[in-house]
Amino acid sequence: MGFYFAQLLTGLANASSLFLIASGLSIIFGVTRIVNFAHGSFYMIGAYLAYTLVSIWSGSIIGFWGSVILAAMIVGLIGLVIELTILRRIYHAPELFQLVATFGVVLIFQDATLAIWGAEDLLGPRAPGLDRAVRIMGEPIPEYDLALIAIGPVVLLAIWLLFHKTRWGVLVRAATQDREMVGALGVNQAWLFSAAFVLGSFLAGLGGALQIPREAVSLQMDLSIIGEAFVVVVIGGMGSVSGAFVAAVLISVLNAFAILIFPQISIVLPFIVMAIVLIFRPHGLFGKPGSEKGAPEEPERPLALMDQKSAMVLFAALGVLALSPFFTADFTTVLMVDVMVATLFAVSLHFMMGVGGMVSFGHAAYFGVGAYAAAMAVKFLGFGMLPAMIFGPICAAMAALFFGWFCVRLSGVYLAMLTLAAAQILWGVTFQWQEFTGGDDGILGVWPAKWASSDKVFFYIAFVLCVGGIWMLRRAAFSPFGYVLRGIRDSQTRAEAIGVDTRFHQWMGFVLAGGFAGLAGVVFAFSKGSVFPDSLGIAQSIDGLIMVLVGGIHALAGPILGAGAFVLIEDWVTRLDYWRFIFGAIILVVVLLAPDGIAGGIQRLLRMLKGERA
Amino acid sequence: MNLIRRTVLGALAALPLTGLTAGSGLAQDTIVLGEVNSYTRLPAFTEPYKKGWQLAVEQINTAGGVNGKQLEVISRDDTGDPATAIRIAEELVSKDGAVLIFGTFLSNIGLAVSDFAKQKEVLFLASEPLSDAIVWSKGNKYTYRLRPSTHMQAAMLAEQAAKLDAVKWATVAPNYAYGQDAVKAFKSELTKLRPDVEFVEEQWPPLFKIDAGSTVRALEAAKPDAIYNVTFGGDLAKFVREGSLRFLFEDRDVASLLTGEPEYLAPLGGEAPEGWIVTGYPSTDIETDDHKAFADAYIAKFGEAPKTGSIVGYNSVLAIAAALEKAGSTDTEALLAAMEGLTVDTSPTGPFTFRAADHQSTMGAYVGKTGMVDGNPVMVDWAYADGADYLPSEEDATALRPAE
Repeated sequence: MGFYFAQLLTGLANASSLFLIASGLSIIFGVTRIVNFAHGSFYMIGAYLAYTLVSIWSGSIIGFWGSVILAAMIVGLIGLVIELTILRRIYHAPELFQLVATFGVVLIFQDATLAIWGAEDLLGPRAPGLDRAVRIMGEPIPEYDLALIAIGPVVLLAIWLLFHKTRWGVLVRAATQDREMVGALGVNQAWLFSAAFVLGSFLAGLGGALQIPREAVSLQMDLSIIGEAFVVVVIGGMGSVSGAFVAAVLISVLNAFAILIFPQISIVLPFIVMAIVLIFRPHGLFGKPGSEKGAPEEPERPLALMDQKSAMVLFAALGVLALSPFFTADFTTVLMVDVMVATLFAVSLHFMMGVGGMVSFGHAAYFGVGAYAAAMAVKFLGFGMLPAMIFGPICAAMAALFFGWFCVRLSGVYLAMLTLAAAQILWGVTFQWQEFTGGDDGILGVWPAKWASSDKVFFYIAFVLCVGGIWMLRRAAFSPFGYVLRGIRDSQTRAEAIGVDTRFHQWMGFVLAGGFAGLAGVVFAFSKGSVFPDSLGIAQSIDGLIMVLVGGIHALAGPILGAGAFVLIEDWVTRLDYWRFIFGAIILVVVLLAPDGIAGGIQRLLRMLKGERA
Repeated sequence: MNLIRRTVLGALAALPLTGLTAGSGLAQDTIVLGEVNSYTRLPAFTEPYKKGWQLAVEQINTAGGVNGKQLEVISRDDTGDPATAIRIAEELVSKDGAVLIFGTFLSNIGLAVSDFAKQKEVLFLASEPLSDAIVWSKGNKYTYRLRPSTHMQAAMLAEQAAKLDAVKWATVAPNYAYGQDAVKAFKSELTKLRPDVEFVEEQWPPLFKIDAGSTVRALEAAKPDAIYNVTFGGDLAKFVREGSLRFLFEDRDVASLLTGEPEYLAPLGGEAPEGWIVTGYPSTDIETDDHKAFADAYIAKFGEAPKTGSIVGYNSVLAIAAALEKAGSTDTEALLAAMEGLTVDTSPTGPFTFRAADHQSTMGAYVGKTGMVDGNPVMVDWAYADGADYLPSEEDATALRPAE
């Protein structure tokens, strides 16, 4: 009995740490609708700052807690600077665009932290006065765990009081429900947003600082926490702080007991819980309907077919690409294959997000399934290259058929998070099921057939498949099916009213996008000769997301420009020292110059050149 | 202002050109080596490694180079992604004119590059990855590996562990290929030496996401006599802290893989556990002449003591130089012939040989215990374990490899 009680306490202590970071994320999303990837960076910076401060004032109880609070306040200040200089300028960009800016911030912080604190992990001191374990029912429990168990609810109470007993809190809650109305009543929204962002950053910094006595401060802290923090926010319901608390307790306690029975489960447990919760409660445990989306946006301009001049430019560009193997080096040909794969992947994601209106944080799942299906068909079923290239996309479409059925029942960020859960569960299976998938050692030796093994020949195979895939997706966007999808995106109610089966169309859109992502995965597998679980990991999904958003979600050319720019800039920039800093800065510059993406920026530029008013 | 803007714009405009011109300016009297590693993903381990090979290249070039030519290393960051690593390897070989590839830290990237080497028929020296698959189940003609593998290091620990009284063992390892290999190898080697041991508990925390409190309690609940640990880095720090708070290590033996390496041991500071049986690298405590010379030069150049990565980086370039010298050319077939059975007679860690049968070097590791000297965690009572003694015989090793 004592053992299980102690295990429960361990879970609760973890829950407190998780809650602190998730609560800040939830507040920021609730008020500003920003999906803040940089939240993990705030957490990491908080830990590093606290480490430095604690090292200066070591030993005393006041010194320790003072350092923790001061570190959190500095992080709040950093949050303020980011809000004022970057985010404030792009609130009117298309939904989720701010996510790109926070991604740039993540990259910049990673290198800045490395430059300031060095590469080695730093182990801070334990908390003075709380550095031992006490025996409860005969089991040793660290005193600091007990302190954490108390801190979580105290912070929750403080936030509750702040939100319910102060005018500011009332305004924040009002803004969470209806931003426009709050603005119409004469409240200065800009400062409300700033304050919410500062509070969220402060909480993330606090969460990081409080980890000092528990773990070594390391450069992996930012990315290792961010996924779980999002999961907690979503399970609790976006914008609900008490929901985040319940979700943090649920996940941490479940994990503490699950590893007793099935130790391997930790890898995917949070995502499984999230998937189950979302299937039964489409807005999380405490989320309200409507909490998944920002204020209704201006309706998009309808997509227009290209005029003759643009079409000629496009064909010229395609012609140059097609002939490029004859006048460039071998390596450029290889790089171009990577660009085409990324472009097809981004276009398929754009079909889902831009045309279908379904945001996906886990599109890599279908890319990876395509790649793995092809690789396994070659390895285990003895398929040749061409049959495997057909088999891959079919498997990806089947996977999309299965997961899509669940996903299209949700909308907005909840849908996005369920796609992420699907991708993570697939990733977990691939990672864990060593006998079948090779685990993280992957599947090797998936090279093109002999006749296609030269870089030039493979380039043309990739060219046909990728450009063909992009062309088909473009055709689909202008087909009756595409028009229906766009109609559903712009107004689900009206689409239903005229007799469209909205779910079925979205489901089929999901499958189509998944199938073409699988095609990109197949080309990828044969161009690299091996596949690893990374191909369906979060990083791959996020790369796709950044390509689509940076390129411009409201134009069909957006993902093409975005993917090309992303791959080529990354290939160039990784040659430099501190390339993540430079890459992050480039992303921020693009974001600030073109809040409507590269495609939108170019359109504006062209209009300006023609002397029209934008 | 205007001047600055023009300079910046000019520099920006010229940037794409740098990619095109690199490589063309090389004189004929250099040998280009391609190097790829996870410099941004895992800087704590790859920075010392980079310093190691930089020192070796500098020393060799000052002494007149190899076959009368200077060595030049083109080093790139793989961003921790196998696909990127392959693209870079392609560029190094086809554009930069690298005669071979070396480096990599993560096992999956090592495997990806080794498969690329096989396809493109270029020599690859896997410096750091530990995975057994690189030389055994997925070994190929073009790939050699320097660092003592997971299996070798686990066998070194098992040999010491077998001398303990402990019968009931529990294991804790990060849940990915390296952790799984390490546990499998330790179990089989220890059971060979001590058929009476039993393994009563396994914990598999996700890499760099250990829930240390719960893991420690799950291990404690099994009441083992001894614990075999494979966690490292941030996971290790959390595990040690939670474990010592909850008395997990009281009256228990612990055998811990790689924990004696300065990269992992130093960050633990004053909280480093004492008396754990570990494999690692005692750095400046090694008093052989060759090592002293290496360590002195390293400290003079970088102002810090060498770490495990440093020695791996240094030995990589020594091995490559020896192979180039023996081959007398940079032709891949000649290099492959030279690598087979290549012996490097003088290295800071002593002589080592690349076995012809499985392409694994016999470079060893240091086995000892953790201890505290002047408040700093170090390895004590250590001895060098020659890798050759912990490898299967060459016949058995051949059987582990796929048919060529």
